[in-house]
Amino acid sequence: MDSKSKNKVKENDRDYKYYLKKYQSVVGLILFSVLISLLERRFLTVGNIFNVFRQSSINAVIATGMTFVIITGGIDLSVGSTLAFSSAVGAFLLGSGMNTPLAVIITLIVGLVIGMSNGIIISKAKLQPFIVTLAMMTIFRGATLVFTQGRPISTGYEKNADLFSSIGTGSLFGLPTPIIIMIIIFAIAFFILRNTTIGRYIFSVGGNEEATKLSGINVDRIKIFAYGASGLLAALAGIIVTARLSSAQPTAGSGYELDAIAAVVIGGTSLAGGIGSIFGTIIGALIIGILNNALNLLDVGSYYQQLAKGLVILIAVLLDRKEK
Amino acid sequence: MAEKILEMIGVHKEFPGVKALDDVHLNIYKKKVMALLGENGAGKSTLMKILSGVYQKTEGKILYKGKEVEFKNPKEAQKSGIAIIHQELNMVSELSIGENIFLGREPRKYGNVIDWKKLYDDAEALLKQLNIKENPRKKIKNLSIGKKQMVEIAKALSLDAEIIIMDEPTDALTDTETESLFKIIETLIEKDKSIVYISHRLKEIFQMCDYVTVLRDGQFISENPVEEIDENKLIEMMVGRKLKEQYPYLVKEPGDALLKVKKISNSHVRDISFEVRAGEILGVAGLMGAGRTELAKSIYGTIKIDTGTVYLEHHAIKVKSEHDALKHGIAYVSEDRKKYGLVLGLSVRENISLSSLNKISKYHIINKPREKKEAEYYVEKMSIKTPSLRQRVKNLSGGNQQKVSIAKTLLTKPKVLILDEPTRGVDVGAKKEIYELINEFKSQGMGIILISSEIPEILGICDRVMVMYEGGVSGFLDRKDADQEKIMRLAVGIKEDG
Repeated sequence: MDSKSKNKVKENDRDYKYYLKKYQSVVGLILFSVLISLLERRFLTVGNIFNVFRQSSINAVIATGMTFVIITGGIDLSVGSTLAFSSAVGAFLLGSGMNTPLAVIITLIVGLVIGMSNGIIISKAKLQPFIVTLAMMTIFRGATLVFTQGRPISTGYEKNADLFSSIGTGSLFGLPTPIIIMIIIFAIAFFILRNTTIGRYIFSVGGNEEATKLSGINVDRIKIFAYGASGLLAALAGIIVTARLSSAQPTAGSGYELDAIAAVVIGGTSLAGGIGSIFGTIIGALIIGILNNALNLLDVGSYYQQLAKGLVILIAVLLDRKEK
Repeated sequence: MAEKILEMIGVHKEFPGVKALDDVHLNIYKKKVMALLGENGAGKSTLMKILSGVYQKTEGKILYKGKEVEFKNPKEAQKSGIAIIHQELNMVSELSIGENIFLGREPRKYGNVIDWKKLYDDAEALLKQLNIKENPRKKIKNLSIGKKQMVEIAKALSLDAEIIIMDEPTDALTDTETESLFKIIETLIEKDKSIVYISHRLKEIFQMCDYVTVLRDGQFISENPVEEIDENKLIEMMVGRKLKEQYPYLVKEPGDALLKVKKISNSHVRDISFEVRAGEILGVAGLMGAGRTELAKSIYGTIKIDTGTVYLEHHAIKVKSEHDALKHGIAYVSEDRKKYGLVLGLSVRENISLSSLNKISKYHIINKPREKKEAEYYVEKMSIKTPSLRQRVKNLSGGNQQKVSIAKTLLTKPKVLILDEPTRGVDVGAKKEIYELINEFKSQGMGIILISSEIPEILGICDRVMVMYEGGVSGFLDRKDADQEKIMRLAVGIKEDG
């Protein structure tokens, strides 16, 4: 072929503008942190940074699963209720004397099953993810209230509960356990999205579902995987919450879906599907975490906190708009 | 000769890089039906879009009732009395017949309140004029396509249209619906309307029309009164061009039968049997709506087959999904690459590897160096012009997108390759490159099914031609016997009788 020289294929054609654009959320995060540390001396201390990470960990774990779902072009509103229901089951099992590892595994399975049910209903019945997960959110909030009779369920004071509560309050090599869990989850999710077939298919389903199906890929399975991961991670977040409080609250997790969606969207993942990254979600979750932390440090009243959070989300999304 | 109500004189239309219309003439006579005839891509629709204000002409004149006019948008054309009934009907299916007829022009009372009684009375009167027995309160979604078309005609009537353009109106109609449409056309003529009737069904033209204008390759060929012409002459005028060097044919003795389709039927195709041999290109010709794409999708597992069997290398195979088809070695390149072929937001590399990702991974982990190597190989081999493998496919030109779409299926190492309009929307240079690629696959012993609406393309590179008509096979032609006329005859449903 004569055009070989002209047609030389480069793997990398990126310049600094590309990277600036790609990492604009990181730039935003850094500028934001600098601003806050100037306003409040206590912000930039090791203790407080750990605090931010620990407080972000629950939202971050949920947002990771949400990232999978949103990249497929869907949404999962049921994560808060999934968190509540699975941790109620877990706390009940612990309270009745079951050992920690088994109780944790069962809790995770409950979350996984709820998530996979979402995926199965959405893909097989071809329903809107918004509606299906909205219904599931209500169903499992109700189920939690029925199961707990509206009262907190204690994880008990048996010896085995010590191991359990260390998931929320303990630390390893000086790092709080929730932070370690968050980092591990991020690493796994990052690897799945970048290096596995299922990760690639998640992007292609969100980008063009029809074309993906015509490329011989089982689209239903991909969706069930994404929603299953979301349910599983919601249950994991539930375990952290329950372990910190030594009890499962019937109203645990309500509103968490919105924080998770906000983290994903701030991280540059498109609600239309097909575009997004775990890295962005990490940044998004941290921005929300820092914001909450800063507003507390700055003694902003809780009414104003909501207002400020909403505005930050809106600004972040507006800044990201040009890309699409 | 009848009185001319509208004249299009010397109309040119250029799109970037393409001359769609080249000095085209069209006369519309008062109270007459003018047929506009031509192959797919001859320029019929472009001409009508200019007349109805959707496109602007590059050059030329339009005289309407003796005065020169220029419609800047569809609304202006509509106001002047030109209505077009599109192939894809533009109606709001959740609204009623009456609401659709008067959409945006609802009769009002007390300022801004819709006068429902007047709306439905008027709608009923309109339907009655056209002898349509239907309750105007019925929702559009509950109507058959034929009835919907009639509602569109009623709407045109309510707009006081004087010229009504019908773009292949009978394509989706049953025989009885076609009959009622013809009656309505008669009624319209009685009401002093003039009609432009676009169709490729020759029979209807002799049944319905007074004059016929033929276009070919964007050029005006002729205008004749229908009684002075016959079917043979029309076909000749529609196709009469010579094959150019554009089509490289590869002489090769075909091998064993690779794919055999025996009497497959479903709701889209009926009773289709054919075979493709190794190293053979089977062309599939036919008009729009003949069921060619549906046949391909039935073989590929997208559309379920109700009865019949598909054999691959003499073994009956069951294809329940696209995945099964690819596993057996049957690959399909869709006619609509943007909608069904590519994930536009993903990169060139990711699109090329999409169908065979499981082959280049182990334990679900993608072997990225290998993926890159495979993608590089095809980008070079097929001279896909892209700045990098990371480039998003949406930023490539049509021809290069098409090549990516083909590369994706090639990487699955198919035995049978079904190409559906592979050169649609591709510039001339890239077309020839695609033909050469197809020939290369042929020489490697692949069995190729080439669906195309361009008869010269089919004649140019295929070994055999299968012609489809209304969901069935109307005939096979060998390369040495095939010509445009014979294909066109079969495509319009005229059986060859020696």
